[in-house]
Amino acid sequence: MARDETFAKVMEIIGRYAKNKDALEGATDDTNILEDLKVNSARLVDVILDFEDEFDIEVADEDADAVNTVGDAVTLIEAKLG
Amino acid sequence: MTGTALAPEEILALLPQQEPFRFVDEIREISKRHIVARYTFPPDLEFYRGHFPGNPVTPGVILLECIAQVGVVALGIYLVALEGGLEAVDSRLSLFADADVDFSGVVRPGDRVTVSAKKKFFRRGKLRSEAEMRLDDGTLVCSATISGIAVPR
Repeated sequence: MARDETFAKVMEIIGRYAKNKDALEGATDDTNILEDLKVNSARLVDVILDFEDEFDIEVADEDADAVNTVGDAVTLIEAKLG
Repeated sequence: MTGTALAPEEILALLPQQEPFRFVDEIREISKRHIVARYTFPPDLEFYRGHFPGNPVTPGVILLECIAQVGVVALGIYLVALEGGLEAVDSRLSLFADADVDFSGVVRPGDRVTVSAKKKFFRRGKLRSEAEMRLDDGTLVCSATISGIAVPR
Protein backbone atom coordinates (compact mmCIF):
# COMPACT_ATOMS: atom_id res chain seq x y z
CA MET A 1 0.00 0.00 0.00
CA ALA A 2 1.34 3.43 -0.91
CA ARG A 3 2.12 5.69 2.02
CA ASP A 4 -0.52 8.25 1.05
CA GLU A 5 -3.12 5.48 0.93
CA THR A 6 -2.11 4.34 4.42
CA PHE A 7 -2.20 7.97 5.57
CA ALA A 8 -5.76 8.39 4.23
CA LYS A 9 -6.94 5.19 5.93
CA VAL A 10 -5.26 6.20 9.22
CA MET A 11 -6.99 9.58 9.06
CA GLU A 12 -10.33 7.92 8.38
CA ILE A 13 -9.90 5.72 11.48
CA ILE A 14 -8.67 8.54 13.73
CA GLY A 15 -11.46 10.77 12.41
CA ARG A 16 -14.04 8.48 14.04
CA TYR A 17 -12.72 9.49 17.46
CA ALA A 18 -11.46 13.04 16.88
CA LYS A 19 -13.37 15.78 18.70
CA ASN A 20 -11.72 18.50 16.62
CA LYS A 21 -13.24 17.63 13.24
CA ASP A 22 -11.98 20.91 11.73
CA ALA A 23 -8.36 19.87 12.30
CA LEU A 24 -8.83 16.64 10.32
CA GLU A 25 -8.84 18.45 6.99
CA GLY A 26 -5.36 19.93 7.19
CA ALA A 27 -3.72 17.10 9.16
CA THR A 28 -0.13 16.19 8.27
CA ASP A 29 2.41 13.66 9.55
CA ASP A 30 3.23 16.10 12.35
CA THR A 31 -0.34 16.43 13.61
CA ASN A 32 -0.56 15.25 17.21
CA ILE A 33 -3.43 12.79 17.67
CA LEU A 34 -4.32 13.76 21.25
CA GLU A 35 -3.46 17.45 21.30
CA ASP A 36 -4.33 18.62 17.80
CA LEU A 37 -7.15 16.27 16.87
CA LYS A 38 -8.49 16.11 20.46
CA VAL A 39 -8.84 12.35 20.60
CA ASN A 40 -9.67 11.26 24.17
CA SER A 41 -6.62 9.36 25.49
CA ALA A 42 -8.84 6.39 26.46
CA ARG A 43 -9.87 6.21 22.79
CA LEU A 44 -6.28 5.59 21.65
CA VAL A 45 -6.85 1.92 22.50
CA ASP A 46 -9.85 1.90 20.13
CA VAL A 47 -7.73 3.55 17.43
CA ILE A 48 -5.01 0.91 17.77
CA LEU A 49 -7.57 -1.93 17.72
CA ASP A 50 -9.10 -0.46 14.56
CA PHE A 51 -5.61 -0.33 12.99
CA GLU A 52 -5.18 -4.02 13.85
CA ASP A 53 -8.53 -4.99 12.37
CA GLU A 54 -8.42 -2.90 9.25
CA PHE A 55 -4.76 -3.39 8.28
CA ASP A 56 -4.71 -6.98 9.56
CA ILE A 57 -1.65 -6.38 11.75
CA GLU A 58 -0.77 -6.81 15.42
CA VAL A 59 0.45 -3.83 17.40
CA ALA A 60 2.34 -4.54 20.62
CA ASP A 61 1.56 -2.26 23.58
CA GLU A 62 5.13 -0.86 23.51
CA ASP A 63 4.69 0.08 19.85
CA ALA A 64 1.34 1.67 20.58
CA ASP A 65 2.88 3.74 23.39
CA ALA A 66 5.26 5.33 20.87
CA VAL A 67 2.47 6.66 18.65
CA ASN A 68 1.94 10.39 19.20
CA THR A 69 1.46 11.85 15.74
CA VAL A 70 -0.39 10.75 12.62
CA GLY A 71 3.05 10.18 11.00
CA ASP A 72 4.06 7.86 13.87
CA ALA A 73 0.97 5.75 13.19
CA VAL A 74 1.53 5.64 9.42
CA THR A 75 5.21 4.71 9.85
CA LEU A 76 4.34 1.96 12.36
CA ILE A 77 1.67 0.48 10.08
CA GLU A 78 3.89 0.67 6.99
CA ALA A 79 6.63 -1.17 8.91
CA LYS A 80 4.17 -3.90 9.93
CA LEU A 81 2.85 -4.25 6.41
CA GLY A 82 6.43 -4.61 5.17
CA MET B 1 4.73 -9.75 40.35
CA THR B 2 2.52 -12.81 40.49
CA GLY B 3 -1.08 -12.86 39.44
CA THR B 4 -3.92 -13.85 41.73
CA ALA B 5 -7.33 -15.27 40.82
CA LEU B 6 -9.59 -13.40 43.25
CA ALA B 7 -12.71 -14.98 44.74
CA PRO B 8 -16.05 -13.12 44.38
CA GLU B 9 -16.02 -11.92 48.00
CA GLU B 10 -12.47 -10.59 47.60
CA ILE B 11 -13.52 -8.62 44.52
CA LEU B 12 -16.47 -7.14 46.42
CA ALA B 13 -14.15 -6.11 49.24
CA LEU B 14 -11.88 -4.32 46.74
CA LEU B 15 -14.67 -2.57 44.84
CA PRO B 16 -14.01 1.13 45.55
CA GLN B 17 -17.65 2.23 45.26
CA GLN B 18 -19.32 2.29 48.67
CA GLU B 19 -22.69 3.19 50.17
CA PRO B 20 -24.66 5.12 49.05
CA PHE B 21 -23.17 4.52 45.62
CA ARG B 22 -22.60 0.76 45.60
CA PHE B 23 -24.86 -1.13 43.23
CA VAL B 24 -23.53 -4.69 43.52
CA ASP B 25 -24.68 -7.17 46.21
CA GLU B 26 -23.32 -10.48 45.04
CA ILE B 27 -21.00 -11.85 42.35
CA ARG B 28 -22.37 -15.19 41.17
CA GLU B 29 -19.86 -16.04 38.44
CA ILE B 30 -16.45 -14.70 37.48
CA SER B 31 -13.84 -15.73 34.93
CA LYS B 32 -11.36 -13.92 32.72
CA ARG B 33 -14.06 -13.78 30.07
CA HIS B 34 -17.22 -12.95 31.98
CA ILE B 35 -19.00 -11.93 35.15
CA VAL B 36 -22.52 -12.34 36.53
CA ALA B 37 -23.69 -10.31 39.52
CA ARG B 38 -26.88 -9.29 41.29
CA TYR B 39 -28.23 -6.22 42.98
CA THR B 40 -31.53 -5.44 44.68
CA PHE B 41 -32.56 -1.79 44.59
CA PRO B 42 -33.61 -0.87 48.14
CA PRO B 43 -36.96 0.97 48.11
CA ASP B 44 -35.60 3.63 50.48
CA LEU B 45 -32.95 4.96 48.06
CA GLU B 46 -33.09 8.75 48.24
CA PHE B 47 -33.49 9.44 44.52
CA TYR B 48 -36.84 7.63 44.29
CA ARG B 49 -38.46 10.61 46.06
CA GLY B 50 -37.78 12.77 43.04
CA HIS B 51 -37.61 10.23 40.20
CA PHE B 52 -40.54 10.43 40.08
CA PRO B 53 -42.87 11.73 42.84
CA GLY B 54 -45.60 9.12 43.28
CA ASN B 55 -44.13 6.96 40.52
CA PRO B 56 -40.67 5.75 41.54
CA VAL B 57 -38.51 4.45 38.66
CA THR B 58 -34.79 3.70 38.92
CA PRO B 59 -32.94 6.30 36.80
CA GLY B 60 -31.24 4.97 33.67
CA VAL B 61 -27.94 6.52 34.74
CA ILE B 62 -28.10 4.46 37.92
CA LEU B 63 -28.78 1.28 35.93
CA LEU B 64 -25.78 2.16 33.77
CA GLU B 65 -23.69 2.74 36.90
CA CYS B 66 -24.76 -0.68 38.20
CA ILE B 67 -23.70 -2.28 34.91
CA ALA B 68 -20.39 -0.37 35.03
CA GLN B 69 -19.65 -1.47 38.60
CA VAL B 70 -20.15 -5.10 37.55
CA GLY B 71 -18.95 -5.28 33.95
CA VAL B 72 -16.07 -2.84 34.12
CA VAL B 73 -14.97 -2.28 37.73
CA ALA B 74 -15.48 -5.73 39.28
CA LEU B 75 -14.40 -7.65 36.19
CA GLY B 76 -11.52 -5.18 35.78
CA ILE B 77 -10.32 -5.79 39.35
CA TYR B 78 -10.33 -9.52 38.64
CA LEU B 79 -8.38 -9.11 35.38
CA VAL B 80 -5.84 -6.67 36.86
CA ALA B 81 -5.25 -9.02 39.82
CA LEU B 82 -4.85 -11.94 37.45
CA GLU B 83 -2.05 -10.07 35.69
CA GLY B 84 -0.34 -8.22 38.49
CA GLY B 85 -1.73 -9.31 41.84
CA LEU B 86 -3.24 -7.17 44.60
CA GLU B 87 -0.49 -4.58 44.36
CA ALA B 88 -1.61 -3.79 40.80
CA VAL B 89 -5.24 -3.46 41.95
CA ASP B 90 -4.28 -1.12 44.81
CA SER B 91 -2.30 1.21 42.57
CA ARG B 92 -5.11 1.82 40.08
CA LEU B 93 -8.52 3.38 39.90
CA SER B 94 -11.00 2.39 37.20
CA LEU B 95 -12.77 5.32 35.52
CA PHE B 96 -15.69 5.32 33.12
CA ALA B 97 -14.49 5.84 29.52
CA ASP B 98 -17.37 5.30 27.10
CA ALA B 99 -20.71 3.54 26.63
CA ASP B 100 -23.32 2.68 24.06
CA VAL B 101 -26.54 1.84 25.83
CA ASP B 102 -30.15 0.82 25.18
CA PHE B 103 -32.87 0.82 27.83
CA SER B 104 -35.78 -1.50 27.23
CA GLY B 105 -37.49 -1.91 30.59
CA VAL B 106 -38.19 -0.32 33.94
CA VAL B 107 -36.64 -1.19 37.33
CA ARG B 108 -38.91 -0.42 40.27
CA PRO B 109 -37.91 0.02 43.95
CA GLY B 110 -37.26 -3.43 45.46
CA ASP B 111 -36.57 -5.12 42.11
CA ARG B 112 -33.61 -7.46 41.90
CA VAL B 113 -31.51 -7.33 38.74
CA THR B 114 -28.91 -9.68 37.29
CA VAL B 115 -26.08 -8.14 35.29
CA SER B 116 -24.16 -10.41 32.90
CA ALA B 117 -21.11 -9.05 31.13
CA LYS B 118 -18.67 -10.51 28.63
CA LYS B 119 -15.22 -9.09 28.01
CA LYS B 120 -14.72 -7.70 24.50
CA PHE B 121 -11.12 -6.66 25.09
CA PHE B 122 -8.71 -5.76 27.85
CA ARG B 123 -5.78 -3.83 26.42
CA ARG B 124 -3.42 -1.22 27.86
CA GLY B 125 -5.58 -0.87 30.94
CA LYS B 126 -8.81 -0.40 29.02
CA LEU B 127 -11.61 -2.90 29.48
CA ARG B 128 -14.64 -3.03 27.22
CA SER B 129 -17.55 -5.33 28.04
CA GLU B 130 -20.83 -6.22 26.46
CA ALA B 131 -23.41 -6.37 29.21
CA GLU B 132 -27.07 -6.83 29.85
CA MET B 133 -29.31 -6.35 32.85
CA ARG B 134 -32.37 -8.50 33.43
CA LEU B 135 -35.10 -8.64 36.06
CA ASP B 136 -35.80 -11.92 37.90
CA ASP B 137 -38.59 -12.74 35.42
CA GLY B 138 -36.06 -12.53 32.58
CA THR B 139 -37.14 -9.14 31.22
CA LEU B 140 -34.25 -7.35 29.54
CA VAL B 141 -34.06 -3.83 30.97
CA CYS B 142 -30.73 -2.59 29.67
CA SER B 143 -28.02 -3.67 27.26
CA ALA B 144 -24.75 -1.85 26.90
CA THR B 145 -21.28 -1.87 25.47
CA ILE B 146 -19.31 -0.16 28.17
CA SER B 147 -15.65 0.66 28.81
CA GLY B 148 -13.46 1.80 31.64
CA ILE B 149 -9.81 2.63 31.89
CA ALA B 150 -7.52 1.96 34.83
CA VAL B 151 -5.49 5.02 35.78
CA PRO B 152 -2.84 5.44 38.51
CA ARG B 153 -4.49 6.44 41.80
